[in-house]
Amino acid sequence: MESVLGRYRNLIILVGVLFLQVLGLAVQVKRGPNDAQDTRLIRIWMVGAISPFERGLVWIKNSGSDIWHNYFYLRGVRAENRQLKEQIEQMRLEEVRLSEDAAQAHRLQNLLAFKEQFIAKTVAAQVIGSSGSDLSRVIYIDKGEDAGLQRDMAVITADGIVGKILVVYPSVSQVLLINDQSSGVGVILEKSRLQGVLRGTANGEVVLERVMSDEQVQNGETVLTSGGDQIFPKGLPVGTVSKVAMGKDLFLNIKVKPSSDLSRLEEVLVLVEKQERQPAAEAATHVRAADILAQRLPSVPDKPADASAATSGAAGPTSAGNNAAKPAPRAPSAATNSVAQAKNPVQAQSAQTQPAQPKPAQTKVVQTKPDQTRPDQTTTQPITADQPKTDPSKTDQPKMNQPKIAQPKPAQPPSDQPKLPTKPATPPQTNPQPASDDDNPH
Amino acid sequence: MTTTHTSVPITYTSGEQVEVYRFSVPVTIGVPLLALFIQAFVPLRYPRFAVYLDLPLLVTIFFGMARRNPISGLFTGAVIGLAQDMLGHNPIGIYGIAKTVVGYGASSLGVKLDVENAGARFLVTLGFYLVHSAVYFTVARGMVNMTQHWSWVNGILAGLANATLGTFLYFALDKFKQRT
Repeated sequence: MESVLGRYRNLIILVGVLFLQVLGLAVQVKRGPNDAQDTRLIRIWMVGAISPFERGLVWIKNSGSDIWHNYFYLRGVRAENRQLKEQIEQMRLEEVRLSEDAAQAHRLQNLLAFKEQFIAKTVAAQVIGSSGSDLSRVIYIDKGEDAGLQRDMAVITADGIVGKILVVYPSVSQVLLINDQSSGVGVILEKSRLQGVLRGTANGEVVLERVMSDEQVQNGETVLTSGGDQIFPKGLPVGTVSKVAMGKDLFLNIKVKPSSDLSRLEEVLVLVEKQERQPAAEAATHVRAADILAQRLPSVPDKPADASAATSGAAGPTSAGNNAAKPAPRAPSAATNSVAQAKNPVQAQSAQTQPAQPKPAQTKVVQTKPDQTRPDQTTTQPITADQPKTDPSKTDQPKMNQPKIAQPKPAQPPSDQPKLPTKPATPPQTNPQPASDDDNPH
Repeated sequence: MTTTHTSVPITYTSGEQVEVYRFSVPVTIGVPLLALFIQAFVPLRYPRFAVYLDLPLLVTIFFGMARRNPISGLFTGAVIGLAQDMLGHNPIGIYGIAKTVVGYGASSLGVKLDVENAGARFLVTLGFYLVHSAVYFTVARGMVNMTQHWSWVNGILAGLANATLGTFLYFALDKFKQRT
């Protein structure tokens, strides 16, 4: 007997070690997918051994990259800065246009008592590692329990969703990517409004399941989160449909290209706090596209009070003459508004915010601009219509800014910008107070 | 017909004829940890790295062949495989089982074959990669019910890539060998 054991000692030990591992595997499989919590103590040893090196290497890499890009390699930064500023202008115009739609949608949602989930708080984290296996598509981020992270929190980037937190350690968290085969996300197609479940495949692709084969799904259609999984808020970008084919069991086989580049993640955001509330219906649009465009125009420099009064008197006849020559002077309306606001600012304000004033589009800019312009928007206007109570004699100050706002623009907006009523027939720049005579009873 | 002592066929190897190596404790711990670290870190920049290369497997094969002790080899494979399992989110033990088999096989083969030359190392690594993939596929699909697709083309391509890298890696790691 001893000779047999001695002869097959290696083989017996091999079988024993394999048996123990199979047994442990069977226990984990039987306990289900939450085994990551049960084996947490074992896993934390390995993560604790590896993550400090990963964190250090990422820090060294980022530091070197920062030094190089922020202090040495600055080629083309000015041009890029100029381009970005132009892009900001374009986006501000677009934002104004979209805010109208959003306000309308919020009003409607308010009427219907809809509730929305809002992202209240996020934590930025750095990706420091992965599982190292194509069969376990997880990444590690450098934030954990210490930063307030918890299991099942959504992880996103600016481009779209990334995954959810699977295991949280004190200073590191494991994130399950959406292209892992054990992942599942509730999604909705943007145009067709079809709902389905997004799953990963063994080879790292992302497919949309549970869409019936008789539905029409187009390539390129945007996929958004539906909010049904209680992890991702509704409306976050997920990806685009890249291929549609017939699947099995009467369902379509829809491949989705993720919006985020899941193979090259560097920084991510973790949604640590969501709020569910009714969207607040905004009263009115505070900033119009015309206002934004007007800010880009050259402004009239400030003048002393005495000089302003003198100019007012001197410019009066000229202004009257100019106004008389114009077909539709808008100064009386603006002046009336200013005076009314000086007398009763609340009433004046409410009168100005009434949206249904059937006026010509060309006159809209001049009539509303002085009342809607805020000091923080135009730094060259120290006195505005919002300050009439301190000195009623300066109620005509906003009118000094009217030409600046409605003057013919030297720089036309790009052709792709929306058509805006910014070219009314207005007094020229050299006539800073065209309506002062109308205000003055003398 | 007389045979001299030196005319013993060289294809027959025995425990007295093969060299058995050992490694220092820092190398025994540090090299597998470094392999795991690289395996976890490099795919962040080069995602294909994790698809085609398996550094912990190469380290398992190297230690198994160098030590030429099946018990040592299977435990080395088990520890490295379990550590690799811990980095993922799948149940712990799939890589452990696969690398235990590979560690045992590599050390057993190291006793019987001369695995010091590049050609033998290349073929041994290619073969053990396929064994490792087969065991992993079987366990993952049979026990854990993971969706797996076997592809001979990908398997052989990855095996060739690992064998090529392994051949160079083994020569680099040979410097840490210590004669017993």
